Amino acid sequence: MQVEQISVFLENKSGRLSEVTGILAEAGVNIRALALADTSDFGVLRLIVDHKERAIQTLKDNGFTVGKTEVLAIEVEDRPGGLHKILEILRGNGINVEYMYAYVRQSGKNAIMIFRFDPIETAIKVLQKNAVRIIDGATLHAM
Amino acid sequence: MIYNMEFETMPREALEAIQLRRLQATVERVYANVTFYREKFKQNKVSPADIRSLDDLQRLPFTTKQDLRDNYPFGMFATPMDLVVRIHASSGTTGQPTVVGYTARDIQTWAQLMARALMAGGADRGDIIHNAYGYGLFTGGLGVHYGAELLGASVIPVSGGNTRRQVMIMKDFGPTILTATPSYSLHLVEVAEEMGVSFKNLKFKFGIFGAEPWSETMRAEIERKLNLVAVDIYGLSEVMGPGVAIECKEAKRGLHIFEDHFIPEIIDPVTLQRLPYGQKGELVFTTITKEAFPVIRYRTRDICSLNPEPCICGRTHLRMSRVTGRSDDMLIIRGVNVFPSQIESVLMDTEGVTPHYQLIVDREGALDVLTVRVEVGEKMFSDEVKQLQAVEKRISHNIKELLGVSASVKLVEPKTIARSEGKAVRVIDNRKL
Repeated sequence: MQVEQISVFLENKSGRLSEVTGILAEAGVNIRALALADTSDFGVLRLIVDHKERAIQTLKDNGFTVGKTEVLAIEVEDRPGGLHKILEILRGNGINVEYMYAYVRQSGKNAIMIFRFDPIETAIKVLQKNAVRIIDGATLHAM
Repeated sequence: MIYNMEFETMPREALEAIQLRRLQATVERVYANVTFYREKFKQNKVSPADIRSLDDLQRLPFTTKQDLRDNYPFGMFATPMDLVVRIHASSGTTGQPTVVGYTARDIQTWAQLMARALMAGGADRGDIIHNAYGYGLFTGGLGVHYGAELLGASVIPVSGGNTRRQVMIMKDFGPTILTATPSYSLHLVEVAEEMGVSFKNLKFKFGIFGAEPWSETMRAEIERKLNLVAVDIYGLSEVMGPGVAIECKEAKRGLHIFEDHFIPEIIDPVTLQRLPYGQKGELVFTTITKEAFPVIRYRTRDICSLNPEPCICGRTHLRMSRVTGRSDDMLIIRGVNVFPSQIESVLMDTEGVTPHYQLIVDREGALDVLTVRVEVGEKMFSDEVKQLQAVEKRISHNIKELLGVSASVKLVEPKTIARSEGKAVRVIDNRKL
């Protein structure tokens, strides 16, 4: 069910982001989705990539702190209210979204969004019960 | 095992008789041969003839690092240059380097004391010593090297740097003793891990760590990660180099000072009065056997205390406590005395936090602001910003709780605080006082 996301610690210094993208480009890693959360001092870059282990190894070799997190890729209807419907289901079941961001590709006519939940298992149960489509890692990467 | 049974276990009375005789000879020699000491003694109205007991040492003036700088490069040498066979210079962590010289006999003495130190720390003939102290002007590398050879151990003069090659050597040569700075030893672990080499599979039994202050919690971390017994060694080039004092592996509680060669005192850095045993203050050394570069009451700036209690290892020499800071490294932040080692302890005690840190002090308006930069390790990293901010808050809270000073904690990327070679720069004081 889950998709593995990698996260990278970045100081707020100019050029740091392009260093990461440069390292990944050189390693032949394609970035499928990305989001940056930041404070005034540091940021956390979250990435969904096609070659996860290679990305982690090259980033570590270049001195970055890298983490792995399980997230969910969820199909969202691409029309007004599409995202709202899903958030309402989550709210109604007391599930908190830690963060979310959009995935580049579409699934048919639907959009895909990456969600981070804690705990993830409860979120999976609730979404499945409400017939929300969760796209697993293999399917996502094959798109 | 004790390298020099006669001198290291000598009864106090006999030891003090030797100390007095050697002190008197040293004082006479510096008075005759070093202009700086002669003039300083005259200003203080004291002459070599006034030194009739060990207590009379207190009548002599102190020597400071500034005095050594003022006499740069060779002004403090007590022998003509044709007797000097070696020149070293201090690493200059706090400014201009200071230059020291050694006669052939000084080099022999140093090797003898380093052999004693290595044996106290667990080394013996048949051991392979991986010596990662820097070779060069810094006394660490060559100091350990000569001691190791005299002891009859096999020494690998690997020096500092080129860490990946060091890991390969550790794996292939199977050294049993590691000599390095504590921060470099942790760097070795990181690099070894990256290379898929575990210290559990290496042959190290003992590690002899020094050249920078470290804490008991850091010892625990090193012993766990490097899978060896870690002892503390102390020395400074102005007094000799490594091998001035060493922890014995039996007790690991305080460092025996080789008192047949150095007389230690603890003074209050403000009043300059001598403090009793057990009380913390600035460590002061007088060398009593050195020929080329003797020092009289040299203020080390290192903060520690002296312990006269007998030790289970059988050595009769006084023990100095672990150095907890430097009287010149001591930061006064809004009136609170802060030693970097205290911050280090807080970090080590905070779950998942690495001991790689740097303190930055700024003055904003009339207010001192302390910033603690801490490298983000994998254990404390999270994809959630709020978790990382919580770590910052927790460290800041613990510092406030334990030291009574407010600090803003900033997480930085790994390896941004230089530490791999020599001494880590722990403090940046931007205040213009």
